[in-house]
Amino acid sequence: MSTESLQSAARTQKSILRRGFGLLGIAIRTEPRVFAAAVAGSAVYGVMTVGSAWAVGWATDHAVLPAFRDGKAPVGATLGAGVLILGVALAKVLGIIGRRLLAGVMQFRLQARYRRSVSERYLQLPLSWHRRHPTGQLLSNAGSDVDMAWQFIAPLPMSLGVLIMMVAALVSMLLTDPVLAIVGFLLFPAIIVLNTVYQRFAAPRLAAAQEQRAGVAEIAHESFDGGLVVKTLGREDVETERFATAADRLRDANIAAGRARAFFDPALEAVPNLGVLVALLIGTSRVASGAVEPGQVVQIAYLITLLAFPLRAIGWVLGELPRAVVGYERVKAVLDARGDMEFGADVAPATTGEDGTGTGTPAAASSAATVELDHVGFGYDGQDILRDVSLTLRPGATIALVGPTGAGKSTLTSLLARLSDPTSGTVRLNGHDLRDFARGEVPAQVALVPQQTFLFQDSIRDNIRLDRDADDERIWAALRLAQAERFVKRLPEGLDTVIGERGATLSGGQRQRLALARALIREPRLLILDDCTASVDPQVEAAILGGLREAAGEGTLASTVLVVAYRKATIALADEVVYLEHGRIVDQGTHLDLVERCTGYRDLITAYERDHDERAHDERAHDERTAGDLPEPRDGELQEAGR
Amino acid sequence: MSTATLDPKPAPAGYQLPEATDGGYAVLRRGLRLAPEFTKGLGVTVLLATISTLGRLVVPLTVQQTLDRGILAKGGPDYGVVRTMVAVSAVAVLITAVSAYLMNVRLYTSSERGLASVRTKAFRHVHDLSLLHQQAEQRGALVSRVTSDIDTVTVFIQQGGMMLFIAAAQVLVVTIVMAVYSWQLTLLVWACFVPMFLIMRRIQARTGRAYRKVRRRYGQMLGEVSEALVGADVLRAYGIEDRAGRRIGQAVDSTRDSQLRTQRLIVITFSMGELVAGLATAGIVVLGVLLGVDGQLTAGELAAMLFLVTLFISPVQFGTEMLNEAQNAIAGWRRIVGLLEAPPDVVDPGAAAGVAPPAGPLGVGFEDVVFAYPGGATVLPSLTTEIRPRTRVAVVGETGSGKTTFAKLLTRLMDPSAGRIVINGVPLKDVDFETLRSRMVMVPQDGFLFDMTVGDNVRYGRPGATDDEVRRAFDDLGLADWLDGLPDGLATRVGQRGESLSAGERQLVALARAYIADPDLLVLDEATSAVDPATEVRITRALDGLTRGRTSIAIAHRLSTAEAADEVFVFDAGQIVERGPHRELVTAGGVYSRLHESWARQQRS
Repeated sequence: MSTESLQSAARTQKSILRRGFGLLGIAIRTEPRVFAAAVAGSAVYGVMTVGSAWAVGWATDHAVLPAFRDGKAPVGATLGAGVLILGVALAKVLGIIGRRLLAGVMQFRLQARYRRSVSERYLQLPLSWHRRHPTGQLLSNAGSDVDMAWQFIAPLPMSLGVLIMMVAALVSMLLTDPVLAIVGFLLFPAIIVLNTVYQRFAAPRLAAAQEQRAGVAEIAHESFDGGLVVKTLGREDVETERFATAADRLRDANIAAGRARAFFDPALEAVPNLGVLVALLIGTSRVASGAVEPGQVVQIAYLITLLAFPLRAIGWVLGELPRAVVGYERVKAVLDARGDMEFGADVAPATTGEDGTGTGTPAAASSAATVELDHVGFGYDGQDILRDVSLTLRPGATIALVGPTGAGKSTLTSLLARLSDPTSGTVRLNGHDLRDFARGEVPAQVALVPQQTFLFQDSIRDNIRLDRDADDERIWAALRLAQAERFVKRLPEGLDTVIGERGATLSGGQRQRLALARALIREPRLLILDDCTASVDPQVEAAILGGLREAAGEGTLASTVLVVAYRKATIALADEVVYLEHGRIVDQGTHLDLVERCTGYRDLITAYERDHDERAHDERAHDERTAGDLPEPRDGELQEAGR
Repeated sequence: MSTATLDPKPAPAGYQLPEATDGGYAVLRRGLRLAPEFTKGLGVTVLLATISTLGRLVVPLTVQQTLDRGILAKGGPDYGVVRTMVAVSAVAVLITAVSAYLMNVRLYTSSERGLASVRTKAFRHVHDLSLLHQQAEQRGALVSRVTSDIDTVTVFIQQGGMMLFIAAAQVLVVTIVMAVYSWQLTLLVWACFVPMFLIMRRIQARTGRAYRKVRRRYGQMLGEVSEALVGADVLRAYGIEDRAGRRIGQAVDSTRDSQLRTQRLIVITFSMGELVAGLATAGIVVLGVLLGVDGQLTAGELAAMLFLVTLFISPVQFGTEMLNEAQNAIAGWRRIVGLLEAPPDVVDPGAAAGVAPPAGPLGVGFEDVVFAYPGGATVLPSLTTEIRPRTRVAVVGETGSGKTTFAKLLTRLMDPSAGRIVINGVPLKDVDFETLRSRMVMVPQDGFLFDMTVGDNVRYGRPGATDDEVRRAFDDLGLADWLDGLPDGLATRVGQRGESLSAGERQLVALARAYIADPDLLVLDEATSAVDPATEVRITRALDGLTRGRTSIAIAHRLSTAEAADEVFVFDAGQIVERGPHRELVTAGGVYSRLHESWARQQRS
């Protein structure tokens, strides 16, 4: 080990104890009453453990020894000893029940509380933060890291309770014989030295092990997530290899940490045993000099054996501390993560959808949003995705956003829904900067149907209404508009059908239509469709868009619509087309204008047509060729090229 | 307001991953048999355990001997005897500690090795299960099967199993030693403990059930958390963080409540032990005095009995603790064993027994193929069709008409409920997976990418492919421009699930990944649905040439793909209602001509 890493190890070690006690403080402050009661239970237990030694000693002196000396059992004393021992045991049991039950309450409550806070952070932290942290790792933070952080609580009241017991035991040792008591006192520094040695070895190894544990979860999550790709390419072996490497690293880290623990536990047991032997040695001379009775030596020896277990309990807590600190630090990293979106106080005026009837009013059209993008730029990792985008969407207008793959269309839609904030410029909705809206106000007005459908493992009903209190009638209306009514009706359990997280039994198009219904039921002021009908059949798409237009005409849906699209039919429904290329708006206008003056747009939008024409042309040529019975060399050549 | 509670968590029908349901200890035994590492070198470990157990007797024996022969020796305390005995005893204590250390190290090593191996096996098994099985469980819950469920076994295996053995051995040895001192007192001790053992058995069964609930709820909780993580975009877009928070909160709380319930049961067992211990100690004092007066017991022997009874109690206490821990382990094991024993419903015949269809282009035959989800709707009522080698087929039809099911059956991601599928005359079921996956590749619509570079993702299709080969794959597909536009070219990292790229870009990489795998049969399930038309046409044209000479099946909504195909299959309600070349179908006045007309109208309007 280099000097540097030794120094850093020493630093961590010192701070581990300090941080460990810090954790203790947090635990006590969080659950002060439960903690106090648990410690009280433990104190009863501790006092009664000493009491049982004292009772045995009392029995030895007053019943056992007189009986052997006199050859006659002192009836009262003997029965008294029995009752005494039994009574002490009863009190001890009550102490145990209090201590263990409440220690559990404390541990599990703390774990639950931290799991909630961690997931609360997950729900608040920006998507950019999520992108940087593998899901498997975050899962591990909420799972095993939280577990570890508070596992030391279980033996904690016990070891604090035994502090009282220590004092009681030591006092009773002192009262029995001050000289022999020294042996008892010496146990404590011995345990502390032992623990220091242990912490030094264990802490860095445990930290490493927990990191590997997260690594295992990370790979498992990614691999199960991509299960379909693994299967279709037959890469199970490769994946297993990848996972096995991580599992083996975890194994090695655990074994390394285990070695430290393997030493600690037997040593913890040996120390009190050696103490008893020393007490015997000294006790012999004390008896010889007449300073103590033999019964008192037995009592001290017994006290030391009884102390062995509680001493180990303290050792366990101290032994768990490095693990706890490691787990807590990992949890803390999530709790302390910064970069939350800031929210203002602006509130949108009530929309028609909020009256709960959902039928809308003739004035509904006026509630469609005006959207402005003012010199908006967006980028990350030094890469510009959007540059200087300025655009106004008039209320009630339908705008088609067109552009080649990777032009920044989805990024633009995510800025409009405030999934991210622009790196420069401003996005305004009805004149308000999106950042000035209070939490929840943007989602209340804007609905984005993303390209990639995500459904919850829940019923269709709950997947569509989400947190809204919508009755079935409204749900069916939304499904109708999204052209999903028919297939949902055919499902044996209708709206109650539970769909899996990945909805294996629904087709991609069906899932997309559910996602669309989810947006429609919210009657948004701005509806963003990010190429969300890609896997929906053309006629269905036409029906959906026709329905939207109709609803707008009838005033039941008053939305400004931004639709990312390639299909001409979709574009034809738009009042205006915005053509985006390399993160910039290249042109903007009606479809016909753009076809006329914008080459990029024309090439993109007429690609199928040209392809169709070219094919027809090829086909004619092909027909002519085959008609002339010409050989066809193309086949073999291209096959070569393909290999 | 949603009043749905989380217990039981709704789950899609069929295909739930099982838990082993038979007796706890049978599960435990089967679990240990999952990896030979668990029991390897167990003999030596048991020997060490025996030494360290016997070592615990040293101190009480020394106390007795020192008291009777040293301190209470006739004519005053005898230093010599005491010193010798203490010295011998000290050495014995050290030997005990060393063998305990060695035993621990061996246990940690063998158990961690075994756990790593079980973990890997379980992981592999998840991949071996069919898609339907995999997708029936939330990802987080699946992850918990290979992480926390296995971890629950750790404590038991590392300390518990041996501790139980030691405890049993110690109880036995202590009983013998006690019997040597006084059989009457020994009988008394046993009389106190036997009823407790009987009651404990009953409580144990309840503890086992309680722990099972904990494991299940813990898995659900991780499932909820992972759902919130994977669906973070949707949660933000709809501002339903509170709803997700509530659901997670509920799952967290119900996990906590189930943990507290097990805690109560454990406390009952433990405190019962303590009470019985007090009873036994009191009994020993009273009976011991009576026996001593009778001359059947010396003072030292009685003192030794009092020590011995603590040595009897502590293993009983630890033993019950470990039996509880065993219940916890069993609960975790049930999920592991259940997973590992779930027969993969799509079975790989294996390289040895498998048949490889002759090299060259593949033809496919569907013979009376039926597919229905278990307890769900029938997707394909009965399908018989044939695809000749080297044909390029386009599959069209409405959403939900069975196109994707057709593709999944064809690539054996699922097996038909009835009927069979053959490739080049060989039943698909008889083809070993390695051959199958190397010869037919499906590109799913969702271009899932791994969190690595673009180059490595493509290489996933053919490990060992050089950068030049990868680049050429993009070239061949007409995507060189796109690749050049990436900030770091092939070394560009794609982020989790490829989310640093757009959906269309992910599809481009997924396509290159399948293309470089060089299969004889390529299935594209709307593989370019998110790509812009110009790029799609470019790809289609490139593929057009590249797939010539192989069989390809493309599912598409954009009928431009169908125009380029040799043959078009039109699906409707799980049946092929029309098939033939585009030219013929488009004028036939059937379903296809209607579909095409509507498509063309949309393109030209």
